[in-house]
Amino acid sequence: WAVTRGMEKGYFARREFSFTLRDDIYVRYQSFERPQDLEKELQKACPYKVDIGAVYSHRPSQHNTLRSGAFQAQEKELVFDVDMTDYDDVRGCCSSAEICSKCWTLMTIAIRILDRALVEDLGVQHRLWVYSGRRGVHCWVCDDTVRKWSSSLRSSIVDYLSLVKGGADTVKKVHLSDPVHPFISKSLRLVEEYFEQYALLGQDILGCRESWDKVLALVPDRPPLREQLQQDFPRKRDSVQRWARLKALSSSSSKKLPSYTEQEIMLQFCFPRLDGNVSKGLNHLLKSPFSVHPKTGRISVPIDIQRLEQFDPFAVPTISSLCRELDEANDEDKDKENEEDPESRRRVRDYKRTSLAPYVRVFECFVEDMERARRGELLRRSDLQGDF
Amino acid sequence: MVLKIVENLGVKYLKGTDEYKSKLEHELRKLKFPYKALAEDDYDARRKDHISHFILRLAYCQSEDLRRWFIQQEMDLFRYRFNELSDPLVQQFLEYVNLLYEPISKDVKKRLKDELFMSTPGLSAEKVEEQSFYKIPLQDAQDLIRVRRVLLNYGFALVPHQDMVVIILNNYRTKLSKALALTARSLPAVQSDERLQPLLNHLSHSYIGPDYSAQKNTGKISLEQIDALSVKSYPICMRQLHKALRENHHLRHGGRMQYGLFLKGIGLTLEQALEFWRSEFIRGKIDADKFDKGYAYSIRHNYGKEGKRTDYTPFSCMKIILSNPPSQGDYHGCPFRHSDPELLKQKLQSYKISSTGISQILELVKGMHYQLACQKYFELTHDVDDIGFPLNHPNQYFVESQKLLSGGRELKKEMSHPGSSQLKPTSQESINSSSATTTSNNEADTELEGLDEYFAED
Repeated sequence: WAVTRGMEKGYFARREFSFTLRDDIYVRYQSFERPQDLEKELQKACPYKVDIGAVYSHRPSQHNTLRSGAFQAQEKELVFDVDMTDYDDVRGCCSSAEICSKCWTLMTIAIRILDRALVEDLGVQHRLWVYSGRRGVHCWVCDDTVRKWSSSLRSSIVDYLSLVKGGADTVKKVHLSDPVHPFISKSLRLVEEYFEQYALLGQDILGCRESWDKVLALVPDRPPLREQLQQDFPRKRDSVQRWARLKALSSSSSKKLPSYTEQEIMLQFCFPRLDGNVSKGLNHLLKSPFSVHPKTGRISVPIDIQRLEQFDPFAVPTISSLCRELDEANDEDKDKENEEDPESRRRVRDYKRTSLAPYVRVFECFVEDMERARRGELLRRSDLQGDF
Repeated sequence: MVLKIVENLGVKYLKGTDEYKSKLEHELRKLKFPYKALAEDDYDARRKDHISHFILRLAYCQSEDLRRWFIQQEMDLFRYRFNELSDPLVQQFLEYVNLLYEPISKDVKKRLKDELFMSTPGLSAEKVEEQSFYKIPLQDAQDLIRVRRVLLNYGFALVPHQDMVVIILNNYRTKLSKALALTARSLPAVQSDERLQPLLNHLSHSYIGPDYSAQKNTGKISLEQIDALSVKSYPICMRQLHKALRENHHLRHGGRMQYGLFLKGIGLTLEQALEFWRSEFIRGKIDADKFDKGYAYSIRHNYGKEGKRTDYTPFSCMKIILSNPPSQGDYHGCPFRHSDPELLKQKLQSYKISSTGISQILELVKGMHYQLACQKYFELTHDVDDIGFPLNHPNQYFVESQKLLSGGRELKKEMSHPGSSQLKPTSQESINSSSATTTSNNEADTELEGLDEYFAED
């Protein structure tokens, strides 16, 4: 992937990698002439974590030899990091680094909304969604043109994609006004697909007074909508009914100004929350896909967005489960050794015999798509130039 | 000069309104500025415009503040001129600057009609149908994307004609900014050219107005003259400060700064200043020793003999009116601005101003025209009908007063007065020579008016 055919010479050599070694030693500005060299180093150093950074103007391992200002990040994939911890104020089942099947829906929603925007609005073709290994997802956007995007453009895109604004001291984090941009309305339609199941049933955000007070805090008190609902809610049976009541009242309340209360609540509870810093900088390093997460042991696997709903973070292999599987496979081999004919005893690549296989397949498809696109581009260009 | 007008009008009128546009057009026409792009055959005027633009680049590339001001005014001017362009001219212009953006086809527009409407605030449904939308690559439309005021469609921003000006302005600003940075680097070479050096120095200063720090008249004032001068030729703010100093044998810091720098501007040398302040302070509670230790240092500082050795310039009216308002026990500031009208009235009466004169002054003060009030004060104390120049600086008041009293100029209204022409960059003067004299008063008026409007917004 890092060295798909057709990339200019020296591209790989100018890519920065970083390793996290034993005892939390962190080394940056690692670079390698060829992929084989990277592989060798990985086997030698056995880092806990590998991060991928930008492609620089010069080999990162030599950056100290250059005068200041000469060593610049030139290209990098556009990356996104969505972290469940950022939703702590709106999920009731877990907090901080914990996740469960109930709140995982937030990631599903985030991927659907962001992916739609990437493809339909930003014109992205090659993107890889990856499970971070613990509590979130990453996205790697690899289109050639996107790799060249400036820091300020990335920053503008992050602003475009952000709707939930404010920290711990802000109660109401989403404000909508006329006209509602298609990005928002399309995202809302996606949220609506999940809202009842996720928020009303799963999270039960209107299930008890403590919960619904948090929701009502987002409802305006002029006209006295909040008071009215505070009175009505206890009389209703469950979140579903209470939400229906809220919807009914908020749409009829304001005659002149359109009210977006209902939508603002849905967005505050479900809309993706990005870590802007990860996306804005050209020199930001992000964990490589297929790394092992140091705290959970889970592998950072690509997510098949065609089968997004079926993705289960808890079914993702851990390093220990993989090792076990490999050992079992080896034992099998030993048993078969005498039976099979040496020539046909071809060593199947190890990982294909583990539960990592399907995830690798996703990755391979992704890379194949990119290669195909690049070949097509090269052909097109050479046609234009008349070389055959 | 054009840019100064742009700035003033930008303060006075909400940019983009019709009033703004017609006023700007009027002013530009007066200056024979080629405001009709691509249609004007006046090669000469356009050539002058180009030359003056590049000269201004040289003058304004030197500091962050200057650059920012220059870019801001140029952008406002550009925005105005661009908006005046008709559609075909826009197309021509885009080709000319190599910003080749295509409009989207009718079919695509039809399909995206609703989305276009919802993503461009300020555009009615009819306008969406009428106007062309251009396909802009994302990197050229960042400002619109950041605030989500444009429709994004598969990697392109679909920008309506009326927002194209934002895209182009961005492009212009980036180019101009880079150009200024480059210009700054080549500045040393340019500055050594004798022809340009005085011009450039004058230009960036004329932005602020003459600062009266040039010591042409040093040593011409003797300390004995000061009391008399304070009555005859001081503006009211300095007269008040001097009186307070004589009475209290002391002035607080704000007063010392304002008056001290004024004295430097009228020609007092450092030695004279030290003697002046010392002799007065000693009469009060400060003994010679304490003065030398405490106050002498700051006087020398004002003359640029201590610390970072900046030669501080005397405060202009703007500065006195706008910054550091006086509190109890202070005598600095502008009496027209800072004094209670009753007290001001009493003070003017004590200065033997006629009651009609006083009411005229008070009217102006009520309208917040503080400098006009001071001009009136000048006229009344010098017994002239018309001050003949716009008042911007206490030292200017003094200089003009001295000139008048020594019979150095005519009493009646003058068209082109040295005082006012100092406010324009001389390069523009030579370039726009035909319009210089007739517009000097008008331009100065605009400047003054612009300032008053600025207060009105308070």
